[in-house]
Amino acid sequence: MSATAKPIANTRSATGIPTARLITWWVIASEIVIFGGLLASYVMHRISHPEWAESASHTLTWAGAFNTFVLLTSSLCAVLAHQAADAHNGPKAAKFLRLTSLGGLIFLCVKAYEWTIDIREGFVLSSGGFWSFYYTLAGLHGLHVLAGMIIMLIVAADAAKNRELQRVECIGLYWHFVDIVWIFLFPLLYIAR
Amino acid sequence: MSTEVQHAEPGFFRKYLWSTDHKIIAMQYLFTGMAMAMIGGYFAYVFRMQLGFPNQYVPGYGIVTPGRYNALVTMHGSIMIFWVAMPVLIAAFGNFLIPLMLGCDDMAFPRINRLSYQIFLLSVLVLLSSFLVKGGPFGGAWTSYPPLSASGAYNLTPIGATLWLLAVALEFVAFLLGGINFTVTTMNSRAPGMKMYDIPILIWMIILANVIFMASVGPLIAGAVMLLFDQTMSTGFFDPTRGGDPLLWQHLFWFFGHPEVYVVLLPAMGIVAEIIAVFSRKKIFGYKTVLYTAWAVGFLSFVVWAHHQFVAGIDPRMANIFSVTTLLISVPVTEMVFLYIATLYGGSIHLDTPMLWALAFIAEFMIGGVTGIFLGSSGTDIYLHDTYFLIAHFHYTFVPIAIIAVFAGLTYWYPKMFGRMLNETLGKIHFWGTVIPFNVIFIPLFITGIAGDQRRVYDYAQFAEQSRPALQHLRTTSTIALLVMLSFQFVFLFNFVWSLRSGKSAGANPWRSTTLEWTVPSPPPHGNFAVLPTVYRGPYEYGVPGRADDFFPQDIPD
Repeated sequence: MSATAKPIANTRSATGIPTARLITWWVIASEIVIFGGLLASYVMHRISHPEWAESASHTLTWAGAFNTFVLLTSSLCAVLAHQAADAHNGPKAAKFLRLTSLGGLIFLCVKAYEWTIDIREGFVLSSGGFWSFYYTLAGLHGLHVLAGMIIMLIVAADAAKNRELQRVECIGLYWHFVDIVWIFLFPLLYIAR
Repeated sequence: MSTEVQHAEPGFFRKYLWSTDHKIIAMQYLFTGMAMAMIGGYFAYVFRMQLGFPNQYVPGYGIVTPGRYNALVTMHGSIMIFWVAMPVLIAAFGNFLIPLMLGCDDMAFPRINRLSYQIFLLSVLVLLSSFLVKGGPFGGAWTSYPPLSASGAYNLTPIGATLWLLAVALEFVAFLLGGINFTVTTMNSRAPGMKMYDIPILIWMIILANVIFMASVGPLIAGAVMLLFDQTMSTGFFDPTRGGDPLLWQHLFWFFGHPEVYVVLLPAMGIVAEIIAVFSRKKIFGYKTVLYTAWAVGFLSFVVWAHHQFVAGIDPRMANIFSVTTLLISVPVTEMVFLYIATLYGGSIHLDTPMLWALAFIAEFMIGGVTGIFLGSSGTDIYLHDTYFLIAHFHYTFVPIAIIAVFAGLTYWYPKMFGRMLNETLGKIHFWGTVIPFNVIFIPLFITGIAGDQRRVYDYAQFAEQSRPALQHLRTTSTIALLVMLSFQFVFLFNFVWSLRSGKSAGANPWRSTTLEWTVPSPPPHGNFAVLPTVYRGPYEYGVPGRADDFFPQDIPD
């Protein structure tokens, strides 16, 4: 088999679910457990440390809210990309995928600005339990946003030439997952008092 | 498609080191795992020498200092679990057998498969590099409890601790990638006609193991990140003086750590199932019941973890609950063993080397299971937990899994992997030379444990209340038995290498088995099947009446 040819194993579908979508769901399932473990640790600590609410009050809630809006909007673009791919319109799907990753870029820029303010105020990773979880959770999520963006741009480059269009849906699924993780992080880190 | 593409023979690098062929990747995992097993065995030799003959010069090592002793036991445990049992049982056998047993040409995602091995290799290199850094490799036990593991001032191996954590995290990533690939391949890429209950039990077991692994490892990956930050960026996730909680690590670790026991047990059980059916020429007794018990084990494995923490100061009411769940899990495991014994009953049993190993697995694992009852009950566990009784129990479960079942699988599939038979006489010498000393190593440790010998002590003479010179002969017996067992492994190595060239030619189906991997030449060519097979029946049709052969391969029409 040459480097690009696919094995027959890749083209079979005994379950009826396309193989690419199936593996995406498994990847998401394994990620859910990783974030789940970290979030559960945070929530249990948070319940036993009511004094962390004071630290949490220093977070920039408006920045988090704006980022929530950005991510949700970018997810809409991912859905539109999927729709275009279903209609076999690769270039259009690529355009929406690039818009989606632009959303990711805005998210990360706001995040960087926000962290700069936090750090200038003296709140760093080792400033206490809340801040440790705050940076770890948001940092891990941010890495997923970054990874999703990079993969999305690669998928978009193929899609623009009408190649591997089934990947548009998969990266979209992944992006929704990253989005949903943020939906959990935003209230737990910024709003909960 | 791809199989028709004509191509030049690739060079050594592309063929053996950069290959996407599942069989080559299986060999990479197998040989890396075997090399790590030698390192892990060497460490066991060194610290057992210290315990058997305290503070004497150890040939091939030197004097064992207390700090070195800690590093040796930590590395022995970590290597044998993460870098021997998992790569060999799951990755090597899984990679080699999943596409062959399912009747397809490769994994669904061959390049993810290659990436999985490369990340695994990186984890090996990171771990080995910790042997060279200042302070040496990590010495805070394979469970890596904070605060011991979180602070270099306590474990005295600050760099080694961080490298260990990185290596373990990389290893997890490798197995997540590999496991997801295995699962997707099994769900989607089976040969036409192969229904859910036509899949060989071994494949079921490997997939269940991967699902259990995937569902349990996430919290520990999160915990590893937290511990890494505690070590390197002065956070206090596990530091009680700064609002953290050291018990949290134990929960995250054992939420993974106990399912991990079944992650390695299930593939071992699968290997044994395949071998028992072939060598008793009988259908597996209760194929579906084997699967139901495996699912029950998988489910229950998630609700037993705190039995590792009975001595860590958990709420006694919680200890009661976890005692009950722990004892419950022995029910499906026992049921599975009964099914295997029922398969043997009335069979036409052939005692070839693979069968000897499979039977030894059942016998030895049962001793491990029965002694586990004393540790699963919180009352007795409080006395026994920190003693050698636990060490002996653990090894009576883990050696059957990682050593005995692996030898069963290797001797059984060696003809398929390399095209030649292993020497039977050498195989039997190696078998008895391993199994008898294995019992002589660990039965004395049950006795010293009940007598009160604490684990994690490098020299009992240093502690007045621990000394018990009357037990020293048992400790020495155990060490000598280990030397005997290790020396018999050279018989296997010789047999393995010698048979590669000089073994009897195997042919496609030397054991007269029904599953699909035996329908292709040995070793299987690139792409596996000349014509991709169709499946007509279940995997264990032995002793079929009204046929010239006593077995009915899966791919032959009625």
